[in-house]
Amino acid sequence: MTTWQLLGKPTPQVGAVDKVTGRARYTDDLRVHDPLHVKILRAPHASAKIKSVDVSAAKALPGVRAILTGADFKRTFGVLPISRDEPALARDRVRYVGEPVAAVAADSARLAEAALAAIRVDYEVTPAVLTFEEARRETKTPLHPELEKSNNLHKQVQQSFGDLSRGFADAAVTVEGEFRFLPVTHAFTEPHAVQVEHDGELLVVTSATQVPHYVHLALSEVLELPPHRLRVVKPHLGGGFGGKSDPFPHEMIAAKFALVTGRNIRLVYEREEVFLSNHGRHPTELKMKLGLHPERGVTALDTKVMIDGGAYGSFGVVTTYYNGVLLQGPYPVPNSAFQCERFYTNKPMCGAMRGHGGVNPRFASETLMDMACVQAGLDPLEARLKFLHTGDTITPNGFRITSAGLREGLAEAAQRTKWKEKWGKLPPGKGIGVACGFFISGSALPIHRNELPQSTVRLTIDFDGGITVYSGASDIGQGSDTMLALVVAEVLGAPLSLVKVVSADTRLTPIDLGSYSSRVTFMAGNAARNAAISMRKELVAAAARLSGRAPPEYPKPGEPESPFRLGQRPPDFDSHFLGPNPDYRDGWTFANLTVTPDGGAALDYFQVVTAALAGRGILQTQGVYQSPKLEGGKHKGAGAGLSPSYSFTAVISEVDVDVETGFVRVEKIACAHDCGRQLNPLAVEGQLEGSIHMGLGQALMEGMAYEAGAVQNASFLEYKIPSAFEQPVIDLVRCPSVDNEGPFGAKEVGEGALAPVVPSIANAIYDAVGVRLMRVPMTPEVVLAALAARRGR
Amino acid sequence: MEKRLVKLTVNGVAHERAVAPAATLLEVLREELFLTGTKRGCDVGDCGCCTVLLDGAPVLSCLVLALEADGAEIRTIEGVANGNQLHPVQQAFVDHGAIQCGFCTPSMVLNAVHLLDTNPSPDAAAVKTCVSGTICRCTGYTKIEQAVHAAARACTKTP
Repeated sequence: MTTWQLLGKPTPQVGAVDKVTGRARYTDDLRVHDPLHVKILRAPHASAKIKSVDVSAAKALPGVRAILTGADFKRTFGVLPISRDEPALARDRVRYVGEPVAAVAADSARLAEAALAAIRVDYEVTPAVLTFEEARRETKTPLHPELEKSNNLHKQVQQSFGDLSRGFADAAVTVEGEFRFLPVTHAFTEPHAVQVEHDGELLVVTSATQVPHYVHLALSEVLELPPHRLRVVKPHLGGGFGGKSDPFPHEMIAAKFALVTGRNIRLVYEREEVFLSNHGRHPTELKMKLGLHPERGVTALDTKVMIDGGAYGSFGVVTTYYNGVLLQGPYPVPNSAFQCERFYTNKPMCGAMRGHGGVNPRFASETLMDMACVQAGLDPLEARLKFLHTGDTITPNGFRITSAGLREGLAEAAQRTKWKEKWGKLPPGKGIGVACGFFISGSALPIHRNELPQSTVRLTIDFDGGITVYSGASDIGQGSDTMLALVVAEVLGAPLSLVKVVSADTRLTPIDLGSYSSRVTFMAGNAARNAAISMRKELVAAAARLSGRAPPEYPKPGEPESPFRLGQRPPDFDSHFLGPNPDYRDGWTFANLTVTPDGGAALDYFQVVTAALAGRGILQTQGVYQSPKLEGGKHKGAGAGLSPSYSFTAVISEVDVDVETGFVRVEKIACAHDCGRQLNPLAVEGQLEGSIHMGLGQALMEGMAYEAGAVQNASFLEYKIPSAFEQPVIDLVRCPSVDNEGPFGAKEVGEGALAPVVPSIANAIYDAVGVRLMRVPMTPEVVLAALAARRGR
Repeated sequence: MEKRLVKLTVNGVAHERAVAPAATLLEVLREELFLTGTKRGCDVGDCGCCTVLLDGAPVLSCLVLALEADGAEIRTIEGVANGNQLHPVQQAFVDHGAIQCGFCTPSMVLNAVHLLDTNPSPDAAAVKTCVSGTICRCTGYTKIEQAVHAAARACTKTP
């Protein structure tokens, strides 16, 4: 086994210098030739019939080139094939305040804006559905009559495993709670933007999107354009967090204008429009009951969830499942039941946001775990240490858990924070709390059922020796381009400067499903590694010829290194026998641009490339990742949450609570996250620190405020996210974990750490002042109300 | 309204442009001078991503009318490096992983450059104050603060 040359060391992003000098181009920084500028007219009502739209006055204004209304779009769309329910522009009715109703393309943004005021829309306001109670009520006019339901229930999921009543009978302690969560939103800094250019028969759509592939599919459907006439490109992107993981109306509108006018198009959102479009975390009401046994851990878990989906489907069906299925970790739960209902309401839609679907139920389960431990006289950290999943197990709902390395990380975090000296022993107002979490490394089932690999990476080496990686993965700031370059450079012993990553361009790069569900390092990383290993074989063969040696005999695919492989073997030969270790079994060493046989003289990399290119023209390989066919069980919805690997997290928070003002200050956070082997510690730390930031925001201050369905805090001034002043001191603890299927042993790090941050703060508040908070965010008002209620008892 | 002439020196280069009276400095930098390193995140002075240095001091260019900046010296992110030589603040941001999506980076860097110009040995509170002027949703600010501290050390070592 050789050691890593590049992986495992802190490496700055490949585009960092461009970003720090202002050279990096984001969507709205591109200067397409002579574009028309687009502005969108939005609905002022949460629910109304559109009786007529009169654009004649607007059309007559100077500089106005085209106007679109709902009548110009025949087809609706949506990221999930099962909920293609969103129109690009509202037709017949509007379903939320801010819904796009008409759009103007004009010579300048100011002229387009002015023309919006001249569009006359005749609305007949209808009763809005805004609460769970209203959404559950029988109605003849549901938001989506096409579902043929008599109320506004969008999706209902029920699953149960084991024997719940026996589980509760087994419990030494049973605790329950009712929890309520405000909606939160992604608050990425770059507003949505899109530019469209004509390139011969091609329509080139450059968009700030996490999912170029899905945008391509949706554009093709909505515009009724064959897929080969489209090219979707993602340039640098200013943050997503799930908020750019759907196809959006503005993308459909801009592309349609390009078709209608024959002109190039530029469209960028105002910040207020970003808030109005939302797609954030669902507002949630949740009831949960947990049974705990001091020796056997969680014996039973019963969960009932209602989530407010807003006006359209988005990722909501997946969210509905994730509210329950992610509770199958981080501890074994032998007996469980969950029910989740997603409702349509007249508000902006909710969708995927970092930690998708798992964050709010995790708050409940980790709060109840804490309560149960306290009641049972257990140290909540010691108990968690004892009850965590071990590796190589199958959960009752069929999740295959391979690596699980949190136990060591949590023990280390306990030592570093001096948990034993602090928990229950700090002065009044000071508290320490712990919570754990569990998340997927990508979904094993694709959104669109197909037999394609989840990720494909193409690799070329040409005359100059330069290595080009073509991948559809979207670098959204998390550093996936850097990850791809590192993986390839590692296998080929090349410096990063030799590697160029071409990514997220649906014409140039092979299919990758996009950057969501924490899938990119695991899936695109594996594909890149496999492409690089194939390339390595090409170079070894050429080097062997050059040095007059026999080419190596690669071992036949044998039994996998881990006996714990329950799924079907991956289709690619190499990942099958290679395992997580950088052991290429070719007997050659690739390092510092040399290729060296065992006991032989080093050959120059460029010389080897020249030899390999002779008679070939270019070296090309491809690698794929297709997750094993995981069984998951026979129950309905068994595919939800199935992942080739899972991450585990523990968070310990230390807080200071002011009992006079109710103000909570989080002073320190220690976080142990099992992401398998760390390919780039700098990126891992960045993801964890960012997850902590976002969890802290949801815990203490973030919440979208609605009045009659209209967002009331549609700006960064009013929707508060943590600033540098709120960020606590962070201590990150490594977990000594290696995942047998992850690329070089790695698994997800982008999302899983967020969820336990929120309950760890709640548990610390309990330790500080003795109140259990079940309303999130835990604002000073919530804290004061809980303190007052306790005094009143 | 009629356009008016505005003279700006941006990163040492003199420009004259006829601008609408309502045009912001941000708009002129991005749309007229194609200096797109200055980012438009909210247009109402909340996010901080459009920070530039106006006569040496940080301003939110979305809240400054171009006409107000008439005759001023502007420094944008494109004018921070010396050719291919990164400013110590830029180098520290790269080395410390203070950059994720990069959308707030130009503003963070300019604020830090100004901080170190005016206070070469900032304490933790001064660095936090400097960083708090811009919203970053990716990093949680931790690595940005580390980078500013590292840049301060680098600057004092090589005056």
